Amino acid sequence: MTAAAAPSELPDTSSEVPTRPNRKALMIKTVLCVVGAVVLIQMPLLMDRSTTQRLTQVLAIAVAVLGLNLLTGFNGQISVGHSAFMGIGAYATAIMMARHESPFILTMMVAMVVAFAVGVVVGLPALRIRGVYLALVTLALAAMFPQLVVRFSGLTGGSTGITLEDTQQVTTPQPVNDLFKSLTGSRLLDNQYRYYLALVVAVVCFVLVRNLVKSRVGRALIAIRDNETPAEVLGVNVGAYKVATFGVSAMLAAIGGSLFVMNADQAVPSEFGIQVSIELLTAVVVGGVATFVGPAVGALALVYVSDLFPKEHPEYAPVLFGLTLIVLMIISPGGIVGLAKQGWARLVRSRSA
Amino acid sequence: MALLEVDNISVRFGGIVALDGLSFTIEAGSICALIGPNGAGKTTLFNVVSRVYEPSAGHLRFSGLDLLELPPHQIPRAGVTRTFQNLALFPGLSVVENVMVGAHSHSKGGFAASPFRFPPVPSQEKELRAEAMAYLGQMHLAHLANRPCAGLPYGTMKRIELARAMASHPKLLMLDEPASGLTHSEVDELAGLIGALKDTHELSILLVEHHMAMVMSISEKVVVMDFGRKIAEGTPAEVQSNPAVIEAYLGTPLT
Ligand SMILES: Nc1ncnc2c1ncn2[C@@H]1O[C@H](COP(=O)(O)OP(=O)(O)O)[C@@H](O)[C@H]1O
Ligand SMILES: [Mg+2]
Repeated sequence: MTAAAAPSELPDTSSEVPTRPNRKALMIKTVLCVVGAVVLIQMPLLMDRSTTQRLTQVLAIAVAVLGLNLLTGFNGQISVGHSAFMGIGAYATAIMMARHESPFILTMMVAMVVAFAVGVVVGLPALRIRGVYLALVTLALAAMFPQLVVRFSGLTGGSTGITLEDTQQVTTPQPVNDLFKSLTGSRLLDNQYRYYLALVVAVVCFVLVRNLVKSRVGRALIAIRDNETPAEVLGVNVGAYKVATFGVSAMLAAIGGSLFVMNADQAVPSEFGIQVSIELLTAVVVGGVATFVGPAVGALALVYVSDLFPKEHPEYAPVLFGLTLIVLMIISPGGIVGLAKQGWARLVRSRSA
Repeated sequence: MALLEVDNISVRFGGIVALDGLSFTIEAGSICALIGPNGAGKTTLFNVVSRVYEPSAGHLRFSGLDLLELPPHQIPRAGVTRTFQNLALFPGLSVVENVMVGAHSHSKGGFAASPFRFPPVPSQEKELRAEAMAYLGQMHLAHLANRPCAGLPYGTMKRIELARAMASHPKLLMLDEPASGLTHSEVDELAGLIGALKDTHELSILLVEHHMAMVMSISEKVVVMDFGRKIAEGTPAEVQSNPAVIEAYLGTPLT
């Protein structure tokens, strides 16, 4: 059979295919993307220093959530150990920048390699065990990580952590500053530079994950999630794919951790404890499981929703967070992105009608 | 020479003997039907050939290969693909993406090449989609291509599974009750389609089916099973007049 033979003899049923975007939908999408890009680029120039830092933190967390969503949302594997992978990234960057004055990008690459290797090892049980047992392995990892940091305090600074000195921190490189000055007439502040650095890294990660999910590999990942035995019977090496996904997911979490330290100028073990894993999972769900924009939305919600809770009573925050999650799940099981998609479908339908 | 040789295969589940020394062969380019009452062990044989179940005894040879030496995911690359009696589509993928998963075993691009869309990933993606669309067109399903497969009628999902199996370029196609849930005219159409696929793709087919008119009209050979054992084998005419088969399965002789 030749590939081109069949489509020509098909009846025209384009009106029955709602998921193929019509021209108007494509236009709205393009406009949204352009507006989104402009907003993302302008943000640090319009906001104050602390807001910019907050947004950089959102970008760092978004990359980690992107990784967890790849694993949990698209491949159906649960991990409550991603705080540890974030921590590996954070400490790789903190240790290398504080002790060896390594360039940030190099520390991030080392973080990626280490986290991928640890992720593969932790993911190996996925070859034999499923579901809740794998979650237990990752739970152990999450519980162990802060203790390991304290145990090896010579390297990690123990429970007080590592703080980057002024000279060790990420600052705007001179050529970038010169270029920016020639374009805009003003200096590119360090916090603005860090925001753009995190934005570039996050966008690259987003595009790569999107390409992966929309490929042969991504279809196999979703097939494994939906129906494992038929996926294997159709030729997917289920074990290898699961382990590799674990590694890639851990790598993304580590990138998030590196960016986090680049922005915060410090790494403290208590910031990479098990509660962070729960928060990352919450962000996956709140943003929208198995969506592309979901992780960014979830990370934004994670950082900003906690601000809405009463500061005098921090002990209420988890309860309120849980309640918010439950209410959201009742309104929209697809998370915030799911809610937006419903609105979008209504918009497109009413416009083309 | 036989394409597939099932040689003395036995499968046990605890106390149940699902297959009890089953042997038969499928000739290259032929349609072989496997019939028998529910629980006879037909689906179990499919699961043995696709390496989901480990047989307690026996051999499986497929065009010179020992299939029992291969892990499950290498079976389609060896040339054997199946459909499932109880639907096994992927609800999170669209109809055309389901079919494209069928091409997994003969396509390229892993975790390194796919994120960067290194060649041949982009061009291959186009080809796989076009080919999947062609199979869907052949099954009159092209208009559903971008729909999620969840919620489609049973018969439609069965045809999507057939398209998905074809996308793996099989030499041996194993169909587990493909006509169940179809109307009479749809069954006739399916029989025609199976015949056409077999001729254009030089397929051999192992067909498990309860729809006797279809089985008898398109098969060269019929293997009859009961309680995990082969009770008869022969041409459709021979099998239909075999008293043991009539007693165990057919009830009254078919005319
Ligand atoms: N995974 C399994 N565990 C236990 N028993 C099974 C399993 N699969 C099949 N069986 C048993 O094996 C026998 C054959 O089943 P099956 O191959 O599905 O029959 P058929 O497809 O001919 O209707 C039945 O008794 C069935 O209950
Ligand atoms: Mg069966």
